[in-house]
Amino acid sequence: MNSLILRTATPFLVGLTVLFSIYVLLRGHNEPGGGFIGGLIGASAFATYIISEGTNAIRRALIVPPIAIAGIGLFLAGLSGVASILFGDAFMTGQWWFPDFKPDLKYLSTVVLFDIGVYMVVVGAIVSIILGLEESGQ
Amino acid sequence: MSEPVIADSAAWLVVWPVLLPILAASLAVAAWGHGRAQALIGILGVAAQFFSAVLLFAHVWSNGPVVMSMGGWPVPFGIALVADVFGAGLTVAASLVALVIIVYSLGDTSEQYRRAGFFPLVLALIAGVAGAFLTGDIFNLYVWFEVTLISSFGLIVLGGRREQIDGAVKYAFLNLLATTFLLIAIGLLYGMTGTLSMADLSTKVAALPNDATLETVALLFLVSLGMKAALFPLYFWLPAAYHTPLPAVSAIFAALLTKVGVYSLVRVFLVVFPEGADLARETMVWAALATMVLGALGALAESDIRRFVSFTVVSGVGVMVAGLAIGTDKALLGAIFYIVHSIIISAALFMAAGLVSRAGAGSDIENLSGLYKGAPFLAVAFLLAGLSLIGIPPFAGFWPKVYLVQAGLEAGAYALVAGVLTAGFLTMLAVGRTFALVFWRAAPDDAPLPASGAQQGGGLVLKGALGALTFLTIALGLYPAPVVDVSTRAASELLSPQPYIDVVLGEAGNGESRP
Repeated sequence: MNSLILRTATPFLVGLTVLFSIYVLLRGHNEPGGGFIGGLIGASAFATYIISEGTNAIRRALIVPPIAIAGIGLFLAGLSGVASILFGDAFMTGQWWFPDFKPDLKYLSTVVLFDIGVYMVVVGAIVSIILGLEESGQ
Repeated sequence: MSEPVIADSAAWLVVWPVLLPILAASLAVAAWGHGRAQALIGILGVAAQFFSAVLLFAHVWSNGPVVMSMGGWPVPFGIALVADVFGAGLTVAASLVALVIIVYSLGDTSEQYRRAGFFPLVLALIAGVAGAFLTGDIFNLYVWFEVTLISSFGLIVLGGRREQIDGAVKYAFLNLLATTFLLIAIGLLYGMTGTLSMADLSTKVAALPNDATLETVALLFLVSLGMKAALFPLYFWLPAAYHTPLPAVSAIFAALLTKVGVYSLVRVFLVVFPEGADLARETMVWAALATMVLGALGALAESDIRRFVSFTVVSGVGVMVAGLAIGTDKALLGAIFYIVHSIIISAALFMAAGLVSRAGAGSDIENLSGLYKGAPFLAVAFLLAGLSLIGIPPFAGFWPKVYLVQAGLEAGAYALVAGVLTAGFLTMLAVGRTFALVFWRAAPDDAPLPASGAQQGGGLVLKGALGALTFLTIALGLYPAPVVDVSTRAASELLSPQPYIDVVLGEAGNGESRP
């Protein structure tokens, strides 16, 4: 879209939105938020970028096809369930690691890994859909 | 719990047949656009699943049902994967045939299909099927149905031809309707009992009054799962959709999808409603009868070879449900054996139909002729598979029908016995007609010489896969003892599910119990 205002604002908007989506992703650990909603916010950042810069720009920026991001995310989510086998727990039992230098850190866990996987699945899938819709119209 | 129970490493066995295809599917998606890598991941994924399914089955066979509750939550609260002989056995059969089909698909899918995501979708479908066979939770059963449904939508429209979209719309609409009914039935059942674990439901439903509400829920299950399994009068979506996608896709659908419906019917009507729900059982008898006879009649009347195969699949569903409707242990033995037989034979026939379309021109039985000359291997394989389908003695299709007829006579279910025999007779006519027209009838002089599979490329892979399944159906016909043993034990476990219930509710997750 050829709008000076949008093009000027896009870099700031996209950066802030992605940052916010990661904040929501991590916040979801104990409060409202999480991988799915964070992924939706992240995807909206990419949507803004697509509207402003076009589909080729985002394909270049992402390097891999967006659907591959979703695939990697699903793989991470699946792996996060298996990690518990190393600790003798049942499938999908959450595992936490509290490092000595910061014992109250609560983000180093398979649960967060699962959420990151979900985040990537949502971002990858939605960006693919947006690209598919945008490119079929051309 | 004072002493934390360490998760039994054997319990992990039940996770792998579900998780491995999911991991492989995600890797295949990550390798988007790299057809070769995806094909490799596809084959390795299904092979790994088959291997894990065999290990699981071996363990279940010698040690009884395996339970893994996710996150270690005790069962009525947690969601468990459960493998008994029935579920694990079907997982082995399904993943073995899936492996053959995915090899077949290597010779069948063009680059265009692979780029559109053939392998990730197949892997997701297989994961969904294994999940349905191995879940111990009725809501999760619904979820796995959705997983298979979504991936099968993707597979059915691969290629994007007009008739495919047409078939996909019918398929999608009716299957979405069926899953909605299933969800309503599960919701009602949850409202009545407050639990979703099938083992827990079994005891709680038995305590409910056998009244109209229970009857309604049972009928809703029959309608929704019957629609999935392609049971009369809700089977017409199957012949309308199964002939449109790639032959490999049709083969995988016919081998696996309707069987998930039949499996769920068996599970629901033997474990969740072991007794009561008489109206639903009565309806099931007539639906099974109509399905097998009308399916066979449809096959006889059909002029498209792939629609012909679709109708034989429908007819087979009727035979399996007939075993469930009779309900004695011998009848169930027959039904379970028939499920295994049908997984193999439906795939073999769809592969053969795909090869017929390759070797001849198109798939219209009226136009095809004289293929025996150009494709003798195909002709023999088709004939052997067809004979097994009918239930002629030295093939695998014979034994389940023997058990079913015997059980039907012992139980006095004469209508169903007559139905099985009539359907067999009609199937014989249909197979004979198709074989005579497509392979034996002399080709008209002006017809182009049929191209042999090898000339079309990938011929050896396609023939090898078809040959493997044909060999399997002959081998199981000559030496049926292993399948009979497995089916006998699966049937007796299903008819007296108390040990299953005890294991699921008792071991409660194998994991560390939470405070």
